[in-house]
Order: sequence, then structure tokens, then C-alpha cells
Amino acid sequence: MIHSLFLINASGDIFLEKHWKSAVSRSVCDYFFEAQERASEAENVPPVIPTPHHCLLSVYRHKIFFVAVIQSEVPPLFVIEFLHRVVDTFQDYFGVCSEVMIKDNVVVVYEVLEEMLDNGFPLATESNILKELIKPPTILRTVVNTITGSTNVGDQLPTGQLSVVPWRRTGVKYTNNEAYFDVIEEIDAIIDKSGSTITAEIQGVIDACVKLTGMPDLTLSFMNPRLLDDVSFHPCVRFKRWESERILSFIPPDGNFRLLSYHVSAQNLVAIPVYVKHNISFRDSSSLGRFEITVGPKQTMGKTIEGVMVTSQMPKGVLNMSLTPSQGTHIFDPVTKLLSWDVGKINPQKLPSLKGSMNLQAGTSKPDENPTINLQFKIQQLAISGLKVNRLDMYGEKYKPFKGIKYMTKAGKFQVRT
Amino acid sequence: MTDSKYFTTTKKGEIFELKAELNSDKKEKKKEAVKKVIASMTVGKDVSALFPDVVNCMQTDNLELKKLVYLYLMNYAKSQPDMAIMAVNTFVKDCEDPNPLIRALAVRTMGCIRVDKITEYLCEPLRKCLKDEDPYVRKTAAVCVAKLHDINAQLVEDQGFLDTLKDLISDSNPMVVANAVAALSEIAESHPSSNLLDLNPQSINKLLTALNECTEWGQIFILDCLANYMPKDDREAQSICERVTPRLSHANSAVVLSAVKVLMKFMEMLSKDLDYYGTLLKKLAPPLVTLLSAEPELQYVALRNINLIVQKRPEILKHEMKVFFVKYNDPIYVKLEKLDIMIRLASQANIAQVLAELKEYATEVDVDFVRKAVRAIGRCAIKVEQSAERCVSTLLDLIQTKVNYVVQEAIVVIKDIFRKYPNKYESVIATLCENLDSLDEPEARAAMIWIVGEYAERIDNADELLESFLEGFHDESTQVQLQLLTAIVKLFLKKPTETQELVQQVLSLATQDSDNPDLRDRGYIYWRLLSTDPVAAKEVVLAEKPLISEETDLIEPTLLDELICYIGTLASVYHKPPSAFVEGSRGVVHKSLPPRTGSSESAESPEAAPSAGQAAEQPAVIPAQGDLLGDLLNLDLGPPVSGPPLAASSVQMGAVDLLGGGLDSLMGGGGGFAAPGPAVPASMGAPLGSGLGDLFDLTGGVGTLSGSYVAPKSVWLPAMKAKGLEISGTFSRQVGSISMDLVLTNKALQVMSDFAIQFNRNSFGLAPAAPLQVHAPLAPNQSVEISLPLNTVGSVMKMDPLNNLQVAVKNNIDVFYFSTLYPLHILFVEDGKMERQMFLATWKDIPNENEAQFQIKDCSLSADAVSSKLQGSNIFTIAKRNVEGQDMLYQSLKLTNGIWVLAELRIQPNNPTFTVRPLPLAVPVPLACPGAGRTVPVGSPLQQRGGSRGGAERSQPPEVPWLSRGARCSPLSLSPSSLTFWGAGGERRC
Repeated sequence: MIHSLFLINASGDIFLEKHWKSAVSRSVCDYFFEAQERASEAENVPPVIPTPHHCLLSVYRHKIFFVAVIQSEVPPLFVIEFLHRVVDTFQDYFGVCSEVMIKDNVVVVYEVLEEMLDNGFPLATESNILKELIKPPTILRTVVNTITGSTNVGDQLPTGQLSVVPWRRTGVKYTNNEAYFDVIEEIDAIIDKSGSTITAEIQGVIDACVKLTGMPDLTLSFMNPRLLDDVSFHPCVRFKRWESERILSFIPPDGNFRLLSYHVSAQNLVAIPVYVKHNISFRDSSSLGRFEITVGPKQTMGKTIEGVMVTSQMPKGVLNMSLTPSQGTHIFDPVTKLLSWDVGKINPQKLPSLKGSMNLQAGTSKPDENPTINLQFKIQQLAISGLKVNRLDMYGEKYKPFKGIKYMTKAGKFQVRT
Repeated sequence: MTDSKYFTTTKKGEIFELKAELNSDKKEKKKEAVKKVIASMTVGKDVSALFPDVVNCMQTDNLELKKLVYLYLMNYAKSQPDMAIMAVNTFVKDCEDPNPLIRALAVRTMGCIRVDKITEYLCEPLRKCLKDEDPYVRKTAAVCVAKLHDINAQLVEDQGFLDTLKDLISDSNPMVVANAVAALSEIAESHPSSNLLDLNPQSINKLLTALNECTEWGQIFILDCLANYMPKDDREAQSICERVTPRLSHANSAVVLSAVKVLMKFMEMLSKDLDYYGTLLKKLAPPLVTLLSAEPELQYVALRNINLIVQKRPEILKHEMKVFFVKYNDPIYVKLEKLDIMIRLASQANIAQVLAELKEYATEVDVDFVRKAVRAIGRCAIKVEQSAERCVSTLLDLIQTKVNYVVQEAIVVIKDIFRKYPNKYESVIATLCENLDSLDEPEARAAMIWIVGEYAERIDNADELLESFLEGFHDESTQVQLQLLTAIVKLFLKKPTETQELVQQVLSLATQDSDNPDLRDRGYIYWRLLSTDPVAAKEVVLAEKPLISEETDLIEPTLLDELICYIGTLASVYHKPPSAFVEGSRGVVHKSLPPRTGSSESAESPEAAPSAGQAAEQPAVIPAQGDLLGDLLNLDLGPPVSGPPLAASSVQMGAVDLLGGGLDSLMGGGGGFAAPGPAVPASMGAPLGSGLGDLFDLTGGVGTLSGSYVAPKSVWLPAMKAKGLEISGTFSRQVGSISMDLVLTNKALQVMSDFAIQFNRNSFGLAPAAPLQVHAPLAPNQSVEISLPLNTVGSVMKMDPLNNLQVAVKNNIDVFYFSTLYPLHILFVEDGKMERQMFLATWKDIPNENEAQFQIKDCSLSADAVSSKLQGSNIFTIAKRNVEGQDMLYQSLKLTNGIWVLAELRIQPNNPTFTVRPLPLAVPVPLACPGAGRTVPVGSPLQQRGGSRGGAERSQPPEVPWLSRGARCSPLSLSPSSLTFWGAGGERRC
């Protein structure tokens, strides 16, 4: 089980340690530092590092390494999942998860960690339960606590923890009863030089914000549930009903939660909403290169593509670029060689383009690698897979809730090779 | 106001200041002080000096303060054991608190204080908490048992906490169940011998129920626990699989992977013909693909596991190649793993796509990744033969880029391609030679030198090229030096005239100027070879090399099977069994996949070390000797081709059953020996005596006997049990000599040599007549056939079953044991024909008890044909009579140890059922075999009553003058012990 946790910042300082069993010396992190040194970038530090007596499992988020020390054979996914959950919890508690924030709230952090894990076994990881045990710090509460001498540690056993629906607390009350669902789809795609799709898949999620009084029992049905053949559910969803009727039936947690995530990989179902025309050429003889890209809409079902952002890691040999965009702003960082172009909305009548030349280091041969173009965009009111919610019904409570559904498509890892 | 203020007091008297604050009367001040202490603790400062002061703050109603003090206690109690005792009272009191939160907190903290003295006080509160009415307290207490066990295992056992913990598995609350399982698993891991998690169908059912209700973490523990269970049959396995499958849709990837482990393991037991098997395979792919869209750390662990799964069951992901395509901003550790899996999934169907991708990767920035991509192209060429040409041209394109490390890597893999497809792509050598100068890595240089040496006859300036390397000989790495030495010797053997000087130069460099013993030895060997016998040198140095195959990078099958049991654990990430890295590896139990119970692969079951093909199905419980004898005689004369209908109906007694088998295959009409083998097993329950039956399976022609029946080879020693060595074989008898025909197959990844064989003492004194001769070492995936002559002069010991033979085989890796059953007919000697008079006299003298009777069904051979077939296996017909339209054959045979067996075979024309009657054995008094006295087998007195088709009445022996005593037979000398020997058979009388 999880023995200890070390939080390490980018400069390699251990700024928090927590032990759930006997204390493990900090020196164990030396193995981690070695690996960190070997890796070119922080992202590339391997997540599993064996040492003679322990094993170090780490995740890297918000520029902080969360390093768990384990001593016996445990499922590493369990540890990594748990670490991510820790980060999510911090974010939930403090708004952002940063070194400063953690140091500012070190006692709460410590209390929360103690509550999440006992002897290395997860104890309470649901954020609504945690928040009942240890109240998140707010300015108001800090002030009140100082005046009244009360604490931000709950002294009652959280009600939800042991019920059949551990994710929901009892006695929830709202004056406005509302349930919102966001269907968000991300397209991961690799497009090759000639513009044909090499891989494309959709990672979809339905995030919900449910503020309903009492113990509502919801059912959500889809127009085309057959799209969803690879799904992961929140524990509240009744799997049997999904299996037999393809209906999502559940008692929702209170507040924000992810109802399900799904994966559509069948190539014919994945429409590619944008295309990129590019002409990036280096010449052997001259120290000038040509650079030209144009972005345009493809299969958008009539919706506008917005929030378009193009980034590209240029080869090391590129010294500078002089480019003119037809719209938006662009930056080339000569140190990291990162070109980013904030395009904004795509107007189908007047396609945005970025043209110009590149200055190459004189006297060197042309770069071996071709830059890959990374694309970000958003399309409102569209789920690119075509998924549509049919209806949402509520049972178990008398009032009429306000219901809302929103669709959105985004680029995930959308890459165009040149 | 933030907590960072707690860090600010760095003045000299910090500890002193804190001490004063802790002892302050004001609650608020106290709390602030404790917070400061905790803050110091989190950054690793030693604040243990404040122990008594902090403990004093423990008695408080303020829960936050209490919790903070507890946090402090957990960290420092160990360093201040005596002080820690002070806290005990408060803990005990808190365990009685009306608030369950406080009760749980107390018992939880107490368990974390790793001080021996405290544990004694912990027992009573813990016992109470384990039975607490509040499930929150119970589940906390369950974990506490594990903590306590870690500190003092003996105490936990003495106090009976383990039993209480086991009871909690049946708790009404799923969270309590999950924690109890987690605690038990942890305890069991540190004490593998203790049979803590006694899994049986009932407890499994409880776990499966709890699985649906408990938290995601609990599900992981339960699934991991389930994976250790061994279902008793395929139906149970299937029902567990059905209940586990919904977990594949869980949002927590650890739950998904643990579920995959359970399914992968239990799937092993399901028959492949089952519809459900296919369904399950299909269900496994989507969750595995989904894991790849998670955070990179999770992807990495998932990919390491998928690597194993793909090797074990490639069919699951064979259509999912694209999800393994690399994104340019994947972390490097993910990229490398994806690449590995792409190669494993590469097949003719998708090779074009894969190659295009690999080529793309080869132009990326990250050097490690590019190298691996180039290497991958080479592996594709070796794996998918049809793609070799494209791979080579892709590699050539890459060489043209002149990127140094790409070129070097490409040359290394081209060398491998040459070794797989010799004499096919030499046209590229010219291109390779152009890059000679840019090679600076030893591996690439060595590869290039190898190529030049190997194809020296086609490279005009090979000598110049090699000479250029020779200049800096002593600066090269050993790898290059060795390669250069060999290459020049090759060159010399191919073009002796112009390279004599060169070879002398390299030999002297290697032998005289080098300190490296390997190099020197190789140099001397070449030198001597060349100077004594150049022809031999040519044969040795230019010998044909074995082709390399793609399997070289696969995990050894036995290890793979073990790792599959560890899916989702660290072992699966390291690709090493836990015994290789778990601290102290305190008797880690090796896990293995369950054997398949379905039809197709039963022969692999390790217990069965069958002799003839049929015997493979044989259960471990084997008949008393009486049966065995009966066995010998029970001729099953079924027509071999139609499949052997000696079904249960014909079986009047156990013995028949056991023996009946196999004989039918002997009777095979025109078919020849081998064909009927596989058809047989189905027909008989437990065909021990199969061997005899097999005798009949001679080629149809009467009189054209070509020796006795040889059963098809069967696997005696599966590779799984012998570190990759698989042994299959059979026994045969040819013109008076017995031999054991073996096939040794090397399924491991290393070469095997130094084979030897030994038999344990056995019933008939079988022993190898010559040592096991395996001339050349056995290379991976190679097999060799050996015929080992046997004699029967070894020492004798009665085995059970009688024809059991225990064999030990040794090779350079280890010694392996297996046992097998040999067919008795290999022991029938050629002079087994008894004098007619003698037969008569003996027949009468054999006591009733020695008699047995069987029927053989569906055998339509004539008496003459039967007679001649049997003769082929040294069963001789002494007399033939025709009584009431039935043919009666009287037969004798003699075993190597001098025991005689007499038999009567009755054949009714138009009735395919043969009846074999009294089957006694007789021993002529003193015989060569020393153990004869002890092993006298005598026919068991099994009487046939109411045979199914043969008819009860007719089974009475006909009144024959010379069998006036009712065809009873007796051994010539029968020791008392031998009677008891066969006693078991007597009890089987129906």
C-alpha cells in the first residue's frame, strides 16, 4: 500500500512529506532526482522508478511532482489514480493546486491527506464526503473561526459515507432545482502531410452539475445510444439498466461530477471539422525558408469554429520568422522555437492564413525533421460524434426541476504533420 | 492569514517559544502552536523535543486540535516510546466515545503508533471496535488489524483477530467487506504460507456481491483477491467472468485493469469453442483502448500491461493498431512503449500503415525514439516476411538522410535482416559501405564489419575496408575487435591469396598484443584451425548460421503465463516476476494460469504423462493390478476408422473399462498404424490397457506383420513445467528390442545441451540400454528425435499403476521429472508361444481367482486376421476351435520377466462383439527376472454377468474337453503375496 507521499517542485525541493506508515527517509527521493536529471523535460520523467527497497510512483501536474513511495507489490494504477485524485481534491479545495497554495494551507492539506488514506488504504476520496469532514478554507470561515474559536474540522460522521449511495449526502435542499449536463467531445487526430486522416478518435464526457433537493432518481436517454459502445460510468449509474435498455439511470451526487466518459474510435464516425493547408519548405542552399499555412472549415454541420489556436514546434535551426497573419496575433519564441498563432474565429468567406519566411542558421544543412502543427479549436452546440440526448426524467421527488443540455466539441490532441 | 506564517519563525529559540505556547492556557493559542509544530514536521524538521507538551494538548473537546495532536503522535511516538504510553489512556477513553467519528479516529491513530508497549493496550479497544455497531468504526478497525499485524503478528494471531477479520468478509456493509479483504490481502502477502484468504465458492459469492456495492478502491482489492481463486470448473469460471465484466466500464482505470486480470486468468479455463469465449474477447478490447486516453502515467502502466496481453492473446487487439500510433507530444516513456506494441501487432494486413508511421517517427527530434523507430522497421522486416523488401527500401531512404544516429541504427538492423534473409538484399551493401566513415558507435561498426566479412566474396575491396578498421584495432571496443577478427578470417577463407598478410596481422594483434582473454582465445582457435586444417576451418567458420526469428524479443512463455497472473501489479510493469524484486521475497508464491478444462487442450494437463495417446485421458487413480491384467487382454477389436464404439454400455466391469481402450485402434483395417490413434480416446472411459488394443492396429494384410503397434507420440513433459524443454514420445518394440522414441523440443530462448536420462526403479526393470545421445546443443525452437534403446535388466520395484515409469531428464538448465505409462505389449517377448501340451496343463491348473473376462465390441475381423494381428505383437495363437459357430482362439504370451499369460478369445461370426475370457497368468518357476516372484500378476477373477450384447448365457465357457475344469487357469507357481497383490481386483466382482 502507499507508504509515503513527497511533493517536489520543479527545482527539486521536497516541500511536503506525509507518511502513512513508519516514516521513510527523504533520501529515497534521490533516485527520483536522478531520473529527473536524465529526463530532458519534466514530462518525460518515468512514472515508475524502482529502487532497491522501494518503488517510486509519480505523477506530474501543475508543475509539481507527487511522488508516492511503496514497499510491497501493489497495483501501480491504483496508486497513480489515487495521486491524481489527491491533485483533484486539492484543486477542489483551494481553487488552484500550486506550491504556494499548498504551503499556505499546509494544515488543511495534511488533514485532508490523513483523511484520504489510512495505513495506505484509501478511506474517503469522494470530495463531498471530505468536505464534510474537513471544510475547505474560505476567507469568511477563517474570519469566523478566529472570532468564535470554532474549527474547520467537522465533528459529525459524514452521512453519505456508509449509505447505499455514498456519493450523495442526505438532506440536500435548494430553492432553485436545476440539473445541467454538458456533452463535451474532444477530437484526437493525426493528419498526415497530404491531409488524409491517419487516426481519429473522439473522447467524450458528460459532465453534470446537479443541484436538486432530496433524493432524486434521474434517467437520461439518448437518441442514438448505439454510438456508445465503450463507456466508463460514474459509480452512481446503474449498469444493468444500461446493459438492457441503454438508458442511464442514477441517483446523482450533489454538485459537479462526471457522469460518464466514452470513446468513439470507429473511423467513419469521426468527422474532421477543420483542415490545414501548409507549405513549409527549407532550401538546402539558402538560409531562408518559406512558411505558409491556411486554416479552413471542413465538416462542421454549419457551426462556427472558434477559439482556433495553432502552435508548432519549429526545428532548432530556425533563428527567426517574419510572418504576417491575415487575422489574429502570432508569436515566435526564438528560445524554445515555439510558434503560436492565436487565430480566433474562422470566417469561411475569408480563410485565415499566416505567411512569411523563416531565417535559418547560416551554414548548416536543412533541418531533418518537419514541424508538426498542433491545432486547438472549439465548436459550440455540436457534438461531433452526433450524440444527442433525448430526454431527462426525474423520479422520486415531486418538484419540477430546471433542465439544461449543452454540447461542445473541442480539439484534443489534434496534430497535422507537414 | 495563511498557514505559511507557521513557517516564518526561524529564530533561535523557536522550540522554546513553541513550548511556551503549547503550555498556554488559551485554547486558541495552543491550537496555533500545534499547527506550527505540524507545519515544521511537514517539511522534515525535527520537533520531537516537544513531545510531552503536545501530548498534553490531547485531552480536549476540540476535534481539530485532537486530530492535529494525533498527527503529531503518529510521526513521533516511535522515537519517544515511554512518553507515548502517556497517551494510551486518552485513546482508550476515546474508543468509548458516543461519536463514531471519534471512536474510529482513536482506534485508527492507535494502530499507527508503532510502539510495542502500546499494542498491548490496543487489543481490548480494537476487539470492541471490530464489533462496533457503526460500520464506519468497523471498517476502520479492520484496517487496524493489518497495522497491528505489521507490528506484532504473533499478538494478532493469539488474540484471534484474524478470525474476526475473516468474519467481517460476511459483513452487511460492502465497505467493511472491502476493507477486510484489503487487510487480509496485506497480511497474506507478508505471510504467504498462512491460508488466510480461504477462498471457496461461498466466500467468492460474497465477494462478488460486495463488488457491486463498494467503493472503487474496495473493488480493486476484491478483484485482486478474486484473481487468486482457482475455479473448480469452466462453468464456475464463466459465471465469475460474467459478474466481473461490468467492471470493465468503470471510470477508475485500476478497477478496469484488475478486472482484465481476472478475466484473462479465468479465460484460460474456458473452452475456445464456447460462444462466451468469443464474446469475452470482444469485450476486452474497448476498455484497454480507453485506458490509452487517460493521463500519461496511467497510459504507461496500461501499455506495459497491454504488451503482455498482446503477447498472450494477440487476437484481442489485432484490429486496434491505430490507437498505438504515437502523438508527437506523448511523453517519451509512452512513445517507446507504444512502439513496442506496434511491432507486436504488425502483420501482413497492416504493415503498410505501420511502416509509414515508423518512417515518420524516424524523422522526429528525440534521439532515443528515433533509434527505436529505426530498429522497429528492422523488426517488422523480420516478423512479416512479405514486408521485408519495403522495410529494406525504407531503411535505405533513411540512410540517405545521412543523420548519423539513424544511419548507424539502420546498419545494425540491416545486419539482422541479412541474417534472416541471407543472400537476398546484398545489393544494398554498396550504399552501406558509403557510410563506413560516419560510424562511431561500436554496435554499428561491429554490424558493418560483420556484413563485410559475411559477403566478402562480393565486395571487391573488402580487404581494404577491413584493413582500414584494423589501424585502430586497440582503440576499438571488444565487440568490434572480435567481429573484426572473425570477419578477416572469413575473408581469408574466401580469398586466401590476397589476404594472407592481413590475417596474420589480425591474428598477431589479437593474440599477442591484447589483454582480453576472449579475444586472445578466439585468435588462437582461428590460428590453430587455419594452420592445421584449413578445410575444417572453412567448415567451422563459414558454416551455415541458423536463421534468426522474431521470437527473440518475446517474453518466455512460462514467464509470460506467470506475468499474466500479475496483470496490473508492479511485476507487470517491470516484466519480472515479483520474486525478482519484492523486498526479501519472503516466499512469494508463484502463480500460474489455470489449466484449460475444455476439450481442446486437455493433453497439456501436467499430471498426465501418458504413454500412448489414449492414456492421456487417464485419471490419476489407476486400477488394481487385476484390472491391469484384464487390461492386457481386453482386446477391443473395433474397426478403427469408424471410431471406436466401445462405449460404456459394453463395459461390464471396471476392469474392462480400464483395459478396453485402445485395442480397437490396433485392429485397424488397412489404415496403418498411426491413423486411428486420435480417434480412440473418446470411446473408452479410462483406457489403461490401451497398449494391447493398439496391437491390433496393424496393416490389414494378414501375415504382413511389420512389428508391433506403436502408439502416436504424446507430450510427456510440457514445456511449462520444464523451463522450456518439451518432451514427447512413445514406446515401441522391434525385433526383440524395446525402445523409447523421444522428441525433445526446446521452447525456451536459450540453447540447451548436456542431456542425460535416468529411470526410477519400475515394475519390469526397464532401464536405458545406452546413454541419451543428443549430438548438438538444442537451439531455441529446434527439436530433435531420439530413439533410446531400453533393456529390462534394471532393478525392480512394484509401481502403481503397474506400468508406471518415472523418468528424470537432465540438461544444462536443470533436472526435470515426469512419469509416463508404457504400453505393456512392448514387454511381450518373441518366444511367448507355449507348447500346446503345456498350455493345456497350465490352463487347467490356474485357479478361478485368476480369471477375468471382457468383451470387445464392434470388431469385425475374422479369427485368422485377429490371430495374425496379435502375432505381430507377440501374442501367439496356440489353438483354434470352432464351437457352436463361434471361433475360439487360445493364446499365450510371455512378459520379459517370465510371466506367462494365457487367454481365450471367442469370436462369433456376424456379431462384432468379441469376448475375451479367462485371462490368467502363469509363471514358469524360476526365471531370469529377479523380481518375478514379487510381481506375479494374475488374472483377476472377474466374472462377466449379463453382458450387454454378448449375452450372459453365451459367455459361459463352452465345454471343452481339454478345459474340463471350466477353463480355469493357474499360474505354475503362485506365491501368497501375489494373491493379495491382486486382491483388489477380486473385490470388483459384480
